Amino acid sequence: MTSLWLNAVLLIFLFIISISILRTRKLFSAIMLTSLFSLLCAAVFVGLDAVDVAFTEAAVGAGISTVLMLGALALIGSNAEDRSHTSTHRKAFAMCVSLFTGAVLLYGTIDMPRFGDHRAPAHQHVAPRYINTSPQEIGLPNMVTSVLASYRGYDTMGETLVVFTAGIAVFGLLGNVLKRQREKDVLPDVGEHDGEIVLGIFAKLMVAPIILFALYVQFHGDFGPGGGFQAGVIFAAALVLYALVFSVESLMLAVPLRAIRILMAAGITLYAGTGITTMLLGGQFLDYNLLAHNPVHGQHYGVFIVELGVGISVGAVMLSLFYSFMNYRPQQRRPGK
Amino acid sequence: MAIYLGLALDIFSWLLLVTGGGFVLIGAIGLLRMPDFYTRLHAASIIDTLGAWLILLGLILQSPNWMTALKLIIVVALLLFASPTTSHVLAKAAHKAGLKPLLGKDAHD
Repeated sequence: MTSLWLNAVLLIFLFIISISILRTRKLFSAIMLTSLFSLLCAAVFVGLDAVDVAFTEAAVGAGISTVLMLGALALIGSNAEDRSHTSTHRKAFAMCVSLFTGAVLLYGTIDMPRFGDHRAPAHQHVAPRYINTSPQEIGLPNMVTSVLASYRGYDTMGETLVVFTAGIAVFGLLGNVLKRQREKDVLPDVGEHDGEIVLGIFAKLMVAPIILFALYVQFHGDFGPGGGFQAGVIFAAALVLYALVFSVESLMLAVPLRAIRILMAAGITLYAGTGITTMLLGGQFLDYNLLAHNPVHGQHYGVFIVELGVGISVGAVMLSLFYSFMNYRPQQRRPGK
Repeated sequence: MAIYLGLALDIFSWLLLVTGGGFVLIGAIGLLRMPDFYTRLHAASIIDTLGAWLILLGLILQSPNWMTALKLIIVVALLLFASPTTSHVLAKAAHKAGLKPLLGKDAHD
């Protein structure tokens, strides 16, 4: 009953925030509100006992994507507003499309099973098998990791590939940062915080514990909530914190872009390589049973390696996005300035 | 003896939780009622320092094992550093951007 009330309050908050996102014309407020939206979503997921999902939502949605969007906003000018004027006909047409889509979606929910219904297809099909046999087949205390990395390993590889593709796409759009890195004068002096003593000490104090926490999340993901996605994002967040407080250049000296690019590809290669290795060992793609003499041990190794690959790829992509946004300087036209 | 200890623990932790909740409420009211950025920041910083610390301390007393307590202590330590720093940075950024605090008779309007 308490959780029902909690969910009701959180969902009302979500509704209010989404209306505010629609109504605000300032991009900065919109970004902050989306961050808040993600954080509240994470709270809803915790209420639904989906701790792993909540963790991902908090780390990715509320954490790093806010920083990346602020980085994108810095490119286009922080006071950017949507001043485009659309004609009434277009507005009416857009309204009709939205209402129609909304009506179809609402109609679709009629067929959905009721909240918490034990006869829902999700609880009938593969879920009982995962719950009943994963302790014997995979033997990880965190069943979410078993499903994510082993039973649904192929899907997770696809997700990592999506993140990787996003990184490649931003490279393609924002041009070759690597070339500009050599021309020192083109680089912006983002880190010129004269006299930011408190912030500097805080960042120095925090970076190491955050990295340690990222490693904990990475390697403890088999036992508790966490895993490659969250760990990669948290790792990148620690480095982004350092770069924001000091300077992007000093981070680029420690973690060069070339290394980031290699790591981006290395993570996903590690993942796919595990699959190919199991094929060479005579099994199917990503069939970890063959990685050791004991199938359960093989599963442990497989999940460990695959999660490591996800962590490396995701962390590297997040950092590469950050580098791209921070170092991008349009040569001729710069809107807002 | 053990019963009294548990009772004392419960009372103490409830006391912390309620006081912490009170500070959060005061902070929220201040955030809405205060006249300018700096005073609002002052109210908001109460929420994530005293409010959060007291609630977390109350939760530490309720934690079922040492591991949970330790994790909560780490969260308290993180907030101990992070919250005052964010308030400081926010105020400094506003000051640098040229935002003047409300002073003198303007404040009474």
